[in-house]
Amino acid sequence: MTTILSIKDLRKSYEGGFEALKGLTLDIEQGEILALLGPNGAGKTTLISTICGITSATSGNVTVGGHDIQQDFRAARRMIGLVPQEIALEPFETVANTVRFSRGLFGKPKDDARIEEILRKLSLWDKRKNAVKELSGGMKRRVLIAKALAHEPRVLFLDEPTAGVDVELRKDMWEIVAELKQQGVTIILTTHYIEEAEAIADRIGVINNGELLLVEQKATLMAQMGKKQIEVQLAEPLTSIPAALKQHDLTLTEDGGIVYTYDTHGERTGITTLLNDVAQAGLTLRDVQTRQSSLEEIFVTLVSGGKS
Amino acid sequence: MNWTAIAAIYRFEMARFFRTLAQSFFSPVLSTSLYFVVFGTAIGSRIQEVEGVSYGAFIVPGLIMLSVVMLAISNASFGIYFPKFLGTIYELLSAPVNFIEIVIGYVGAAATKALFVGLVILITSMFFVDIRIEHPVAMAAFLVLTCLSFALLGFIIGIWASNFEQMSLIPQLVVTPLIFLGGTFYSISMLPPMWQTITLFNPVVYLISGFRWSFFGTADVPIGLSLLAIAGFTAICLGVIWWIFKTGWRIRS
Ligand SMILES: Nc1ncnc2c1ncn2[C@@H]1O[C@H](COP(=O)(O)OP(=O)(O)O)[C@@H](O)[C@H]1O
Ligand SMILES: [Mg+2]
Repeated sequence: MTTILSIKDLRKSYEGGFEALKGLTLDIEQGEILALLGPNGAGKTTLISTICGITSATSGNVTVGGHDIQQDFRAARRMIGLVPQEIALEPFETVANTVRFSRGLFGKPKDDARIEEILRKLSLWDKRKNAVKELSGGMKRRVLIAKALAHEPRVLFLDEPTAGVDVELRKDMWEIVAELKQQGVTIILTTHYIEEAEAIADRIGVINNGELLLVEQKATLMAQMGKKQIEVQLAEPLTSIPAALKQHDLTLTEDGGIVYTYDTHGERTGITTLLNDVAQAGLTLRDVQTRQSSLEEIFVTLVSGGKS
Repeated sequence: MNWTAIAAIYRFEMARFFRTLAQSFFSPVLSTSLYFVVFGTAIGSRIQEVEGVSYGAFIVPGLIMLSVVMLAISNASFGIYFPKFLGTIYELLSAPVNFIEIVIGYVGAAATKALFVGLVILITSMFFVDIRIEHPVAMAAFLVLTCLSFALLGFIIGIWASNFEQMSLIPQLVVTPLIFLGGTFYSISMLPPMWQTITLFNPVVYLISGFRWSFFGTADVPIGLSLLAIAGFTAICLGVIWWIFKTGWRIRS
């Protein structure tokens, strides 16, 4: 694995002193899909804008493919494609010309075959001669993606690509992302839809208040999510785990109950043995609850500032 | 230098112009014709000659300057203001281009459009009056330099402006009066002595005087001074633009 994007202690204070990024550090591997999950105002767009050169960092540094985004901005930016959160397009220009412009702007020679390929892939070929203002919102978003891909970037930023788009476009978008990954393109997307992160990401980062709260392989997170917990409340609270129950993986709750964690994917859950042993030990059950940790729960816990 | 990027910006900007080519062509033809009808014929029949040149011909350099300066400013200011307004500036900021390349692209396109209109006016004038151009090379140089320097000013205005009202503020409140008072329609020597002195503080005087010299060989101020003035003005604009991009003023938060 090679690191393609390296962010070190990145800080960004806006004019007026608001600190939108508070020393963020993150390495992104070549060819991976990283989903940055965070509520509105978390700093996702600020992070992307700072990496792409739209805002300037207050301190810290970022390298793309080993090129510093400041000292070696040309080499760094040539590798990057950006699909911004807000739709912003020149309304009177045609779709094809708008996309051609982007390719030229990034210093790539004219290549109409390449432009055609991109437009076809995004179902924009039939609209190539239309002025941008004649397109629907979803189509405009496709144009933004086409523009970002026009110079064949190695790293693609998608800032909330599916916020407010229809189901069809969302599916297309996921397909395009998968295809780009096949070609070795690294993709960083931001979203506040957990399902989206679950559906396409290799790795998931949770960001809130300008801080990265967690970055983890999706597989690892999913494994944690496969875990289920059973909480047993007892008529008489315990102060310690009784010796008869020591063989089980138990923790004590604050009100003297016990919590048992098991894997739903496992062959045997061990619940029967546990409950038998509880009865054997002469303990009386007052209540039993089960709960499953989900990405949503992890996310909510992290974001609300609770302990994870 | 990222020449491909410069060409891309230039072409994209020129495309806007070609979409409305008829308008870009006919409106200066019409307005120039109107000027000739009003100034050349109505007023010109009373003022016979200025410094040995028929009044109709005398106002041609001033008319060209008036249009070229206003167009260079408005083309360049809108050229860069629009991306800010539409939000498409994100792409310029994230592209592997530096400020020199952005400026060459936008200012070059704006200057080209102004130059085109300047030539249209010159040719239209030839249908109304006899025009001789004594120093064609100097004339071309003055015209091109004027287009470029005021496009630079327009670029600065476009970056500075945060709404449409501000876009027309400087052209209307500062540039138009300076041009009208700068000898577009009269020779400085026709003014009372005190006003002659005051007028010398108007930078446009040097521009129009130099431009007129390239046509008729007569000038209100020495030609060297005219060249110096326009070079100085260009340098100031370049300096301001360099500072804007260095600090990210009004473009990069
Ligand atoms: N140009 C700006 N000036 C001042 N504050 C800003 C600016 N842009 C964003 N912010 C603030 O920075 C924080 C992060 O914003 P943003 O990066 O857009 O969040 P997200 O994309 O995660 O929704 C927010 O509190 C927002 O109000
Ligand atoms: Mg955002």
